[in-house]
Amino acid sequence: MDSNEATTSESVSKKKGKTKKVKRKVKHDEAPVQEMEQAEGEETEKKSESGPCFPPTFSVSEIKNKQRRHSMFLKLKEEKRKAPPKEVPKTIENQRIYDETTVNPEDEEVAFDEGTDEFSAYFNRLTNPKVLITTSDRPRGRTVRFCEQLATVIPHAHVYYRRGLALKRVIPQCVSRGFTYLMVINEDRKVPNGLVLCHLPDGPTAHFKVSNVRLRKEMKRRGKDPTEHVPEVILNNFTTRLGHSIGRMFAALFPHDPQFVGRQVATFHNQRDFIFFRFHRYIFKNEKKVGIQELGPRFTLKLRSLQKGTFDSKFGEYEWVHKRHEMDSSRRKFHL
Amino acid sequence: MAAKSQICSVWLGSETGILKGVSLTKKQAFNFCEMSCMSRDQEVCVMAWGDPHESEVLVGSVNGTVKTFSTDKGIFTATRECGDPSQGRFTGLAVTDSSMITCVESGLLKVWKEGSTETAEVNVGNGVCRMQQNQSQRHRVATGGKENPLKVWDLERPDKPIFTAKNVAHDWLEMRVPVWVRDIGFIPDSDKIVTCTGHHQVCVYDPSTPQRRPVLEAQFGEYPLTALSLPASQGTVVVGNSHGELAILDLRKGLVCGCLKGLAGAVRGLQCHPSLPLVASCGLDRFLRVHSLEDRSLQHKVYLKSRLNCVLLSSRELESSNADVSGDVEEVKAEEEEDEVWDTMETVTEKSKKRAAQKDEATVTGLDGEKKRKLIKKK
Repeated sequence: MDSNEATTSESVSKKKGKTKKVKRKVKHDEAPVQEMEQAEGEETEKKSESGPCFPPTFSVSEIKNKQRRHSMFLKLKEEKRKAPPKEVPKTIENQRIYDETTVNPEDEEVAFDEGTDEFSAYFNRLTNPKVLITTSDRPRGRTVRFCEQLATVIPHAHVYYRRGLALKRVIPQCVSRGFTYLMVINEDRKVPNGLVLCHLPDGPTAHFKVSNVRLRKEMKRRGKDPTEHVPEVILNNFTTRLGHSIGRMFAALFPHDPQFVGRQVATFHNQRDFIFFRFHRYIFKNEKKVGIQELGPRFTLKLRSLQKGTFDSKFGEYEWVHKRHEMDSSRRKFHL
Repeated sequence: MAAKSQICSVWLGSETGILKGVSLTKKQAFNFCEMSCMSRDQEVCVMAWGDPHESEVLVGSVNGTVKTFSTDKGIFTATRECGDPSQGRFTGLAVTDSSMITCVESGLLKVWKEGSTETAEVNVGNGVCRMQQNQSQRHRVATGGKENPLKVWDLERPDKPIFTAKNVAHDWLEMRVPVWVRDIGFIPDSDKIVTCTGHHQVCVYDPSTPQRRPVLEAQFGEYPLTALSLPASQGTVVVGNSHGELAILDLRKGLVCGCLKGLAGAVRGLQCHPSLPLVASCGLDRFLRVHSLEDRSLQHKVYLKSRLNCVLLSSRELESSNADVSGDVEEVKAEEEEDEVWDTMETVTEKSKKRAAQKDEATVTGLDGEKKRKLIKKK
């Protein structure tokens, strides 16, 4: 008894993918030979257990008739020679838990919400962006160079030294001088590690964690410095409602009409809640081939909080706060 | 429309001006909007029940209008101009028999009588954040705000407040503690009032005592507390802050009993069910969450696409949860029978009874465990 069970289990393990086909072939065997052709046509249909039930652990060796057994074996061999269907690998992006806040493009309420929010002035072409870039107090070399390079990438950007001023006092002055964005790069141990992006008239403030900053000197095979042309903006994979808000924040940093003459593009690519910033220059060699050169700084952002209103970390109301123990419990759940 | 509004048990007001009704049993949310053209100045600031039978919802908007929505008919039945946006947003809306009380941020508290355009006005001070009505004594309202201490007004004698709270004593640096009353709650069956402040304090005042300072002061978190609600069971209060932290505080000692998890954005509206241990919270993260107060677990979570400002729970929840309650009752009865068996084991004193009962239970389980182990060994 035991020995029999062992053999059948072995045969099952060898033909894991073939048990289905083995079952069907068994059915065909039992039926008269004339029905073989019809049965082959039925292989493509879904399984329907209308014939006699065979144990799933059926192998070719159990057929006693030598000719039938031989033909079955040849058929199996031919099946094996055909390439098996390529399996789609499971990735974390594939297995992502469906987020119920994913924006449906036809949703009227969300469209109205986005059409009348703080960025509506920019998206209705009433204002042009003007960015003020500053740092935390007493920045060190790397951060200073990063700010300078950011100012070349973002048009109409001005870098100012912080001088230990309080942000809450800087903001009304920026508003009066017509700035639309305040960007504060926070530095820790001579390396930029945080970014506070505040949309100015009364707009939301986003706080990001910055990592993996690569300045122009450190980039391999880079092109020449970026020109003054307004770049195009690519925003990838911002699907949820929060992602939409952040995507619009990034979009509103750049002027509306890109100058395609400059062939420059800034990309904000969101993957697994990390936003990758890249700046490239492209050239179309022919209709299908493009060559790209990476210019400019490269950095990674991760959203820590989104606060409604201008910068007020103590008394402001937060629209979204990253809470590690509650939100990072599942590896397949993302919020942007 | 009428059918949809009749089954809704939770009503929410959003920043886009849409009144949302949610039916938790059917897990459906409906939007009730007056016109096809929505605008941001229709943003809902306050909501209140129009009558004790909860058949009408009063919705106050930023542009100064108060709309009446009938839950039976499913449409807005009346609109009333109650002030203009220059005076600030509505901070409180209440209904007494045949009149409506509104309060705005500039401190103008008005009593609107049905039918007539006369209003009684009271100035409660500038910078009002909240006006709340005492549910047992409907002519009493409390107001408070930024640098505007808690004041209880009797609308029959509106010239002076009945009770004005005094600020807490100077802190350990001998500096004045700033005042910022964000939300107010009247404790039922007593004269006491609970407030939560923007400086993460929860204060309990007792107007019946001569002490005008808070009777109890508790601190929670580091962020401004934005909403407060009193559950049906006495002795606790649920507060929410601008970071999305919801906590249940004990009002006897001032300690945190527990936190309710799940919120990611600032809590704008909080309401406990009048009889069941449930609390509904809504906020800037565009979700309605209903937590159970007993085990602090999340019961329902509904995504509503706009930022939410206020929430109203109807007592109709009872019908939906009746089915669940009956199941629980059966289980509880079974447990009670078992307890009775153990209680009849020894009859010396109460303490030893419990200990004896516990011991007996322990020994029984021990025996069972041993028996099981023996059986497994035999196999």
